[in-house]
Amino acid sequence: MKKIIQKHPLAIRWLHWINFPLLTIMIWSGILIYWANDVYKIGFGDKTLLKFFPDSFNKALNIPFRLAEGMNLHFFFMWFFTVNGVIYFLYLLFSKEYKLIFPNKDSLKEAWLVILHDLHIKKGLPPQKKYNAAQRIAYTGIIILGFLVIITGLAIYKPVQLYWLCNILGGYEWARIEHFIITILFVLFFLVHIIQVMIAGWNNFRGMLTGFEVVKDTEVIKKEEVINE
Amino acid sequence: MNNVPQIVDKKFVKQKTLKAIIFFVLFIVACLFAWNRLQHQPKEAGALVPLRKGLDMNEWIFSHLFSNNHLSKTYAKKLAAPRVRVNGYVGLKNNNDTANWKLNLVKTIGDTLKISLADIKVMPKSEIIFDFKCIEGWNQITHWGGVRFSDFVNKYGLSKQSGLKYVGMETPDALYYVGIDMASMMHPQTLLCYEMNGKPLPMNQGFPLRLIIPVKYGVKHLKRIGTLFFANSKPRDYWHELGYDYYCGM
Repeated sequence: MKKIIQKHPLAIRWLHWINFPLLTIMIWSGILIYWANDVYKIGFGDKTLLKFFPDSFNKALNIPFRLAEGMNLHFFFMWFFTVNGVIYFLYLLFSKEYKLIFPNKDSLKEAWLVILHDLHIKKGLPPQKKYNAAQRIAYTGIIILGFLVIITGLAIYKPVQLYWLCNILGGYEWARIEHFIITILFVLFFLVHIIQVMIAGWNNFRGMLTGFEVVKDTEVIKKEEVINE
Repeated sequence: MNNVPQIVDKKFVKQKTLKAIIFFVLFIVACLFAWNRLQHQPKEAGALVPLRKGLDMNEWIFSHLFSNNHLSKTYAKKLAAPRVRVNGYVGLKNNNDTANWKLNLVKTIGDTLKISLADIKVMPKSEIIFDFKCIEGWNQITHWGGVRFSDFVNKYGLSKQSGLKYVGMETPDALYYVGIDMASMMHPQTLLCYEMNGKPLPMNQGFPLRLIIPVKYGVKHLKRIGTLFFANSKPRDYWHELGYDYYCGM
């Protein structure tokens, strides 16, 4: 006998996994587009610490001279990416699942405790539901970034027809920078997400496949419950 | 939400897990298969057919947003770049005989009007200082002067022609050519341009007459217009043939 607990609804699992190849294609085609005017870098004064992207990176991934291909992919898959994201957001709202994801008034304080805990600085965590406070903030943040990436993308795509949107975002050049930074944040989120999932282990990962997690405390399973089944 | 723990058979967990893994692997395979299929689609004008259809659908959707009241943002004269970027020379190399230049305005097939720069300068001059945007992603505030295309249409009695869907333009050597939808051509900021920074166009900016069309990427701003004609089907377009979007509208 095993004790399981339902964690991720079917819709969330599908939308999550469909989003993965779509976001991958959006980032890949975005890199193909960005190459044609690859002006962003991190540095101070004349000193460049990191160029986006280094020539070796472009060369290794065969990125140069594929602008048209990048645009054609980007402006095709943007619809699927957007629709998937909108459905996900609507599902969260209507299923009330958002209550488990959006931060509450204690989340900011608790997120700090979670980070200290994860870094092995402090032991013990406040009681949590489906997600801890740090997860709530991260997952809500990624939803907000998803919204912003569509908005900034639209502003770059139609800066004349959607001039008001472009103005709100600080103009054409700023919208392009914001769109780029959000993409970098997506990649960073992805890296942390993958590491956390690996640390959390198979049971947690299986939750995103089957929807349930196996609860370890076998002692809790009393004979009566088994009989009642 | 069902957060109540359930007691289940060990077998149940095993079967469900196996089923989910199989589904997951199938999903990954399906994604890779679909991607591979897409890459092996035939091409239309240099773009994979499904993506080309996507671009055409986007054109249809976003042309509904288009309005003559939506203007490209304009700037103060002092913000205009003194040195204007030159990005392409296609169609400019063989056309240095600009002394005898005349615009060939094809009113209908067999009825071509030859128009000199002096004829064009007779019309009221419009100036625009706007943020020129290249399809590559760079932009530059630049200052142009010329005649509104809509004024040109009125002056030469082209109301019938402007009822067609497209305008085609080609350089005198016909090596660079563009096709543009009529709505964008008739936009109040679209100019048949003969001045840059208050002076006649330099040779590398398309002297004596070029197109400035702020609602489009730079690829559509044809330099040195040799021929201008009207059509209901899409005129050939240099970058479209190389896989780019035909519309290129902003």
